[in-house]
Amino acid sequence: MIIAFTLLLLFAASDLPFRGDPDNQMNQEVSMTGTPVPGNYYIQEAYHDAHTPNIVTVILGDYRAIDTLGEQIVIFTAGLITFLLLRNRKEGEEDDE
Amino acid sequence: MTNRSPSPIVLLGTRFLSPYIMVFGFYVIFHGHYSPGGGFQGGTLLAAALLLIRIASGTKLAQLQFKDYLARPLAAFGVFIYFGTGLLALLMGGYFLDYGELPIPGLEPAYLRYWGILIIEIGVGLTVMTVLTLIYDNMVKGEDYA
Repeated sequence: MIIAFTLLLLFAASDLPFRGDPDNQMNQEVSMTGTPVPGNYYIQEAYHDAHTPNIVTVILGDYRAIDTLGEQIVIFTAGLITFLLLRNRKEGEEDDE
Repeated sequence: MTNRSPSPIVLLGTRFLSPYIMVFGFYVIFHGHYSPGGGFQGGTLLAAALLLIRIASGTKLAQLQFKDYLARPLAAFGVFIYFGTGLLALLMGGYFLDYGELPIPGLEPAYLRYWGILIIEIGVGLTVMTVLTLIYDNMVKGEDYA
């Protein structure tokens, strides 16, 4: 079954476009539906907007800052949930003793 | 519980290793503008430095490095840094999280965005570090030796 799956993946990978080809759809400035692609703007203007060489940092910290705020709040909420759940369990164990 | 002493070799080894991991964590946070990295990755490394000491020496001795009751306020403070930065930009006339409007004098908007990204990365790193420490502290509370 693993061999069959590997053959399936290899068959699919043989049909992929060559990586780095400028004519690929993912490297175009206009998407298939005719709208401009935002990633193109990010790559061209990230350094002028934030003077930061790392484009990923600019996208995560500036253009998509609310998304990163959401991720941080998710982590904070996870910490608070473990605090609340495990604190209650500890009190219950003390009651049993 | 008290007569079970931890190995001094493990304790000295982790005491040697922890500051270097911490320095690397700060490097990953503050060098995130130029290389792969940022608040999440650097905060995880800082948490690794804290948890190494906590695992090796036990929670009681590790209070000398980082008090466990500090974890929850600092996590909330990290979220507050991020949210306050966005809110400050909103109050100064820009959009929410629009760092170009931050009231730091003498900088053009592009460098304001540079510093704004750095400030929120510090907030993210603080939250990630303290939340991971908080999860460990809550899971081993009253159950670890030493």
